[in-house]
Amino acid sequence: MRYIFAWISAVLMTGSAFAQELVGQPTPGALGFQPAATRIMERVNDFHNYLLVIITVITLFVLALLIWVCIRYNRRANPVARKFSHNTTIEIIWTAVPVLILVAIAGPSFSNLFYQENEPDLEMIAQSGDLDDPNIFVEAAKEGWITVKAEGMGNWAWTYYYVDELDVDGYPVQYVSNALHYGLPSDPLPTPEKPKYLATDYPMVIPANRYIRYQTTSDRVIHSWTVPAFGVKTDAVPGRLNEGWFLVEEPGVYYGQCSELCGKNHAFMPIEVRVVPQDQYDRWLEVMKTGDIDAATELVQVIDPMGAGTRLASVE
Amino acid sequence: MPMDQVAAHGHDAHDHKPGFFVRWFFSTNHKDIGTLYLVFALIAGIVGYSLSGLIRLELAEPGIGPLTGLMEVLYGTTGQQAIEQAKSFYNVVITYHGLIMIFFMVMPALIGGFGNWFVPLMIGAPDMAFPRMNNISFWLTVVAFVLAMISFLVPGGNGVNGFGGGWVLYPPLSSTAGHAGPSMDLLILSLHTAGLASILGAINFIVTILNMRAPGMTLHKMPLFAWSMLVTAVLLLLALPVLAGALTMLLTDRNFGSQFFDPSGGGDPIMFQHLFWFFGHPEVYIMILPAFGIVSHIVSTFSKKPIFGYLGMAYAMVSIGAIGFIVWAHHMYTVGMPSDMKAYFVAATMVIAVPTGIKIFSWIATMWGGSIDFSVPMVWAIGFIFLFTLGGVTGVVLANAGIDHALHDTYYVVAHFHYVLSLGAVFGLFAGWYYWYEKMFGLKYNKVIGYAHFWIMFTASNLIFFPQHFLGLNGMPRRYVDYPEAFSLWNQVSSWGYALSMVATLLFFFGMVESMIRRRKGEANPWGEGATTLEWTLPSPPPFHQFNELPVVKNEAGH
Repeated sequence: MRYIFAWISAVLMTGSAFAQELVGQPTPGALGFQPAATRIMERVNDFHNYLLVIITVITLFVLALLIWVCIRYNRRANPVARKFSHNTTIEIIWTAVPVLILVAIAGPSFSNLFYQENEPDLEMIAQSGDLDDPNIFVEAAKEGWITVKAEGMGNWAWTYYYVDELDVDGYPVQYVSNALHYGLPSDPLPTPEKPKYLATDYPMVIPANRYIRYQTTSDRVIHSWTVPAFGVKTDAVPGRLNEGWFLVEEPGVYYGQCSELCGKNHAFMPIEVRVVPQDQYDRWLEVMKTGDIDAATELVQVIDPMGAGTRLASVE
Repeated sequence: MPMDQVAAHGHDAHDHKPGFFVRWFFSTNHKDIGTLYLVFALIAGIVGYSLSGLIRLELAEPGIGPLTGLMEVLYGTTGQQAIEQAKSFYNVVITYHGLIMIFFMVMPALIGGFGNWFVPLMIGAPDMAFPRMNNISFWLTVVAFVLAMISFLVPGGNGVNGFGGGWVLYPPLSSTAGHAGPSMDLLILSLHTAGLASILGAINFIVTILNMRAPGMTLHKMPLFAWSMLVTAVLLLLALPVLAGALTMLLTDRNFGSQFFDPSGGGDPIMFQHLFWFFGHPEVYIMILPAFGIVSHIVSTFSKKPIFGYLGMAYAMVSIGAIGFIVWAHHMYTVGMPSDMKAYFVAATMVIAVPTGIKIFSWIATMWGGSIDFSVPMVWAIGFIFLFTLGGVTGVVLANAGIDHALHDTYYVVAHFHYVLSLGAVFGLFAGWYYWYEKMFGLKYNKVIGYAHFWIMFTASNLIFFPQHFLGLNGMPRRYVDYPEAFSLWNQVSSWGYALSMVATLLFFFGMVESMIRRRKGEANPWGEGATTLEWTLPSPPPFHQFNELPVVKNEAGH
């Protein structure tokens, strides 16, 4: 009950329960999506808001009709039932109007789907992309792809492979990302920086404003890699390599949780993505290549504000 | 329906009922088998409902608590080991909750129970076409349930007893890589047996409906419940063999070294998902179509009007059934499919909204201009229409692959399918129960209890499932034994809703017991002029053998 009271009082005091809506993770008592961190999720959010209006109107319309017939045509109000059982016009209307509504849904649905699904052609965007088009990122396209592979592990962890980045031994940079909390008494105490069931020991690190191609696979059973704020979710299936893309504009920490039942620790297989400015990412990657994962992770514990790193570099 | 034009018919004055054992164990009488199915579904329903109670108990508060205590009792383990077992046990609980509710509660109640009872009565047949096969169908269902229960109690290979891979049984989690124990093998055997029972039952219904309608009752004059059962039976007949095939491949993967679903041998786990959902999607219509049929009769009866757009209603069910076979991959948008394929499944899935809309609006049009009697079954039916609409529109949201990428495998999906099944099919089931209770058992129930049951259940189930939309939108994945603190508010509300639903469930059983103790004698037709189908021309309960002289439906243009 304390949550209910907390929630109600929050609504009363601020006019909105979500004045401090958390980014990259769920907000207590929230009613809707997490704030979008990618253009993909923004579009999902817009489309969902559009659909929400349609389905709410439909539901309220049906409810209103039901209430109306219950009031107008109950036994007392209408003692003698009429006997009609056909009305071709109305039947055509209630077949045709839903079709029109579905067509109105299908348009944005398909454009949304193809935007998410079809990997953008970066060369084309870099050469002739429209700077005002919010769906493409011309500057980022010039930098090319960063490819990260996430492999779901049989022991409920994710292994990340930076397939294009070779370490000092000549192998792609790779490391295992484990949950910090397993619902056990031995768990470390959760903190705002290390939220329970969301934080990992070695997060995935990517630069902001870069096109990220993520790939998923698995070594044993099916998992699903997702970050709600990014609007992406892709199953990690043994024997398959699935692929998707996203681009995060704002640096920050974004969390997800395994989304395909994978056994005992299904709920304890979080995804933590630290989105950092490009130069902080470069420094992290440099240390990662030496194999000192702890030192590298230390570098991204505090996320630099955008542009701050550049200034520091110039001071040096 | 021109059922009021049915010619008078005689009843067999002398009922030869066999002795108790022969009557209930060797039964070939469709009404007795229907009763057996209903009793069976009640028992299985209690089990499935208790399992959902464990789920809501565990999720009421953050932290892994109640199930850990249960593990300490069941396995004598303590501390960390008990917690680890509780995690696995939670997966077992959700798995058997789903399987039992689908295969051993909703299907036996709606198809085996009401179908057996009322298809022959409504079409004016003395019994089902194959009475002995009917008996086998029932007892195979019992065997299947016993196998499922044994499977629940033997090692799953995950640290506890029972299989914990979800009702969808996806390999590799359901193959030896995920669950090496005998539990999964027993579960496969159980589902094979249940599937066999359903296929035999489906054949029985199809043959009965196509061949044994009373003289003059053409297909286009057949009551809509019989139509719903015909479509359901065809879906069962076509869908279940595919499940059986997939399960058999899984069985040989597990035991005989085949590698259908094992990528290391060239197999593909996704192939199982395609096969499973080719069965699984029609399966959800198998569960909801009989409820459609029941609600149609109730709405018509208590509005005292013939059903609006009878042919449209019948063919809406046929088209829902047909389209149900070409939309399966909308359950699999995240497995890695080409975008064009997803686009096709988006389009095909959304088309289902059209016949569903026809049904919703036709029910309202049936009430329009009527003289509505708010009897107990009618309030359940009206509740069904509203809640099914609510579950239907979230289905339209989920149909869009673009949005489903965000919502797949979250509580939004859980809320959606419980609105259409738990609040749809089950409300239809209760509506049918209160509609036909007096007919089946010849006893009147207490209406006050019936209304109280409805209102408490309506409030409770909305409390349980509506907040789950919020959880899903905010990113809570399904099948989670514990969750971040942020999800605790709506989980708590949901669990309070479950507590309230327990009051409703107790009232339901109390109402049943009360009517059996008081034994108020039922009338042949308690519902008056609106009840026009053939079952109301018979006494309550109907004679052991009815329609020894076939009723004749007068050939007159009814529509």
